[in-house]
Amino acid sequence: MDTIYALASASGKAGVAVLRLSGPLAFEAVGALCGELPEVRKAGLRRLFWEGVELDQALVLLFEAGASFTGERVVELHLHGSVAVVNAVLRALSVQDGLRLARPGEFTRRALENGNLDLAQVEGLADLIDSETEAQRRQALRVLSGAIGRKVDGWRQRLIRAGALLEATIDFVDEDVPVDVGPEVRSLLGGLLDELRHELTGASVAERIRDGFEVAILGAPNVGKSTLLNSLAGREAAITSDVAGTTRDIIEVRMDLGGLAVTLLDTAGLRETKDRVEEIGIARAIARAEAADIRVFLREKDATLDPFGVNLMPDDLIVVSKIDLGTAEGLAISAKTGMGIDQLIAEITARLVKRASGAGTIVRERQRMALVAAIESMNLALEELETAGRVEVAAERLRSATWALDALVGRVGVEDLLGEIFASFCIGK
Amino acid sequence: MKHFDVIVIGGGHAGTEAAGAAARMGAQVALITLLRTSIGVMSCNPAIGGLGKGHLVREIDALDGLMGRVADKAGIQFRLLNRRKGPAVRGPRAQTDRKLYREAMLLEMERLDNLDIIEGEVSGLLTDMDRISGVTLADGAEIKGKTVVLTAGTFLNGKIHIGDVSHPGGRMGDRPSVRLAAMLLDFGLKTGRLKTGTPPRLDGRTIDWSGLEVQAGDENPVMFSFLNKTPVARQIVCGITHTNEKTHDIVRENLSRSAMYGGTIEGVGPRYCPSIEDKVVRFADKTSHQVFLEPEGLDDDTIYPNGISSSLPVDVQESYVRSIRGLGAVKILQPAYAIEYDYFDPRNLLPTLAVKSHSGLYFAGQINGTTGYEEAAGQGLIAGLNAASEALGGEAIHFSRTQSYLGVMIDDLVTHGVTEPYRMFTSRAEFRLSLRMDNADQRLTERGKEIGCVSNERFKQFEAKRAQLDQGTEILGQKFLTPFEIQNLGIKISSDGVRRSALTILSYPDASIEKIESCCPDFAALDADIKQQIFCDSLYLPFQRRQDADAADLRRDEAVTIPEGFAFSGLPGLSNELVEKLSRARPATIAQAGRIEGVTPAALLLILAQLRKIQKLKAAS
Repeated sequence: MDTIYALASASGKAGVAVLRLSGPLAFEAVGALCGELPEVRKAGLRRLFWEGVELDQALVLLFEAGASFTGERVVELHLHGSVAVVNAVLRALSVQDGLRLARPGEFTRRALENGNLDLAQVEGLADLIDSETEAQRRQALRVLSGAIGRKVDGWRQRLIRAGALLEATIDFVDEDVPVDVGPEVRSLLGGLLDELRHELTGASVAERIRDGFEVAILGAPNVGKSTLLNSLAGREAAITSDVAGTTRDIIEVRMDLGGLAVTLLDTAGLRETKDRVEEIGIARAIARAEAADIRVFLREKDATLDPFGVNLMPDDLIVVSKIDLGTAEGLAISAKTGMGIDQLIAEITARLVKRASGAGTIVRERQRMALVAAIESMNLALEELETAGRVEVAAERLRSATWALDALVGRVGVEDLLGEIFASFCIGK
Repeated sequence: MKHFDVIVIGGGHAGTEAAGAAARMGAQVALITLLRTSIGVMSCNPAIGGLGKGHLVREIDALDGLMGRVADKAGIQFRLLNRRKGPAVRGPRAQTDRKLYREAMLLEMERLDNLDIIEGEVSGLLTDMDRISGVTLADGAEIKGKTVVLTAGTFLNGKIHIGDVSHPGGRMGDRPSVRLAAMLLDFGLKTGRLKTGTPPRLDGRTIDWSGLEVQAGDENPVMFSFLNKTPVARQIVCGITHTNEKTHDIVRENLSRSAMYGGTIEGVGPRYCPSIEDKVVRFADKTSHQVFLEPEGLDDDTIYPNGISSSLPVDVQESYVRSIRGLGAVKILQPAYAIEYDYFDPRNLLPTLAVKSHSGLYFAGQINGTTGYEEAAGQGLIAGLNAASEALGGEAIHFSRTQSYLGVMIDDLVTHGVTEPYRMFTSRAEFRLSLRMDNADQRLTERGKEIGCVSNERFKQFEAKRAQLDQGTEILGQKFLTPFEIQNLGIKISSDGVRRSALTILSYPDASIEKIESCCPDFAALDADIKQQIFCDSLYLPFQRRQDADAADLRRDEAVTIPEGFAFSGLPGLSNELVEKLSRARPATIAQAGRIEGVTPAALLLILAQLRKIQKLKAAS
């Protein structure tokens, strides 16, 4: 087993940089740098040397195998957060035998393989680490706490009940079971399908919380879109000039609005053009704008709004720009003076927060696929019951649906099905 | 002293099937039974087959076993259950004449040259180092054998209850079996306690049959054995009557005198076979329950009233039975009783049904916590094949869940153990659409031939059938029809100009054998059951691919073996509960581990990761 090492904190200039080692040689490797090691689980201040040259003064923290994140011997070096220092220490480690740079995710993988984390925790952990905003953090924690499992349990129970009704008419044909279970099965499946479809809608919102909402700024050339973006971003992200058509490609700026991750898109101004490059830019602008969650249309006072074929949605905002040059009714801003910007941000945030409140529990594509598969199987089962009426085929479809839901949590035993049958009917002649 | 290859203890449904299977494999077999005349006794209801159970009988027959042929000889009323549902969930069932069944089974045993029937009682097992090497009888005689199959039923700690009266039942009262039981317990095998009940037996001559509903057999009876076409014995009808409010009142008033409800019984009973007490208590809103009046034989007046098992005192039994329509003046020939017994946890066993801790010893039947003749016979077959194979120096013989109900049952038993008497249902088989009664021979007979348990005679017949099936499939595969021709048959299809084979068309929802026949005379000329099976095969074709993929997944998981002695406790990510469950079940493969209740995908991943780590270490060293 190799001993692996990597920078555990973000790279770049910082107060402190944490470098982590894991594996059988972790203690020896650090010992070679600092001489006498501190006691396990007690931070010790040490001077690090390599080939007679002092590299840094660092805090050294040792974890014994079986009592660490990965389950192996682990050392954390808290260095001064300089790129040069970190590189020097990494170099000193790289030349030692039995040590190598960790591959992406390898520490977590070792934790998984050594049984320190289970799969669900790994998934949740990944999301938690990735979370940038408050809403993302809450969502990741909700997954970690088993919210999906609880929901799926409820769905599964009803699916199993529907399956049990069908199975009872197959396996206990001579017994006192209802002859026609069709109506109850159909109503169970109908209600369940409604919920699953609703969850699926929520899934796309949940995915937005994970990956960020998109807000596109649109409008005629030179109406001030890039100036607005720069003003919102607080930096010169886009080039601005008074030459119409300055922005050709789409410029993205990520920001946090009311705890939600949002990507602002600055787009090419919409107008008829003979310039090939500008034409491509406009086509892109329209495509991205259509896919965005909210569109902000900028127009100058007294100019008519031409959406240029982009569909206006109820949540979209129409804003008058360059208000420093005059006055206007409704939402109006001046990116130059900052007038009206706070109000615009409040409007966008309110709309996104409202959408985020409809977020479902299903977050990942894998989970969404399972939902889609379950819905498809249930639809086929209903179809079978309503047309050809082959009950064993409908039962097979429900089994597939249950398996699809199980892919989210655990597996169904036939005992669950029989348990439901025996609890409901008087079987036994 | 005679040396046998295989010794089978017990002549019930597991024992006879085990002895027969071992003999067909070419082993020298001894069948030890208390009485020659008790071979093939049906101790409970006089019927064979049903849903799931009928599938098992078909599979036993496909491996040239006995139960199907014997039941066909003794059958006095044949019904194909779920006839109106799809072929995958149809199950053959027959009322059987107890005496005819016993006689036919004894004959099957007697005509096997390499099988000796020994009357006697086994009092102990002989051991040679840690191997079983034979048995001792009550009279002190020793019989040597390379392997031993124990099919002793409910002999362990049996206790019979009739109301507040109870006495030791089974053969527990006899000292020799006490010694055998003590010896087995000394092996450290885990046991559990179960119960089951029987209804009172009635004198048919005292039943007023006039005005009772009648249930007749099928017009075109479906046999169990692939070798048989029609019943042999005279066919009869069964009666149907119902319990009523008065019956339920009587039962309710006397609940405290029921052994089951008076608290004298501790064992767990089957949910699917509730006593009349259970029915009245658990389903209090039902005012009536069906009772089937099943004749026990052609020249026997005993009637088995299926549906009213009980452990109430005799006087209460008399009054509740007589409150039922048609039974007003009925005479009880034998009172109902409940029996409690110990079983050996089948998780003690390998998938061959060999005891893990002692080589050469096999368990089959009710002793493993199952109920039903068919379940017992199926286990007897598996144990008999493996006991013979081991004795003759062959390999272990496994049947997968993907291939047969036999495989489903064995896997369920050795992986999950039982919490109530185990009975087969079609819903236990996840590959139900491909594990059908009609194709049991196509699934298993060739395999049986390779194993060595299928006679040349049967195999010839099987090959002839297979040739016909191939021929029929080819005829349909080569016959192409235009959409217009298809519509003319009364089958809905879009006029897309695409010609389709008759085989494809057969799988359409509104297709039928008759419609296809009308356009394909070569197909029409084939045997009815050949056409039927081609139809069944095509019916589920759209599901075949998914089931094949699932089956392939399962087989892959079955191929990942967990070594004996794998330390689940060494996996820190597993909960204590799971560690305990897995350590007890000792799954042999990842597939088995995955089926243990409570084992999550994450837990499987941990086990897999650990297995990979062990492999890596091995590869490195």
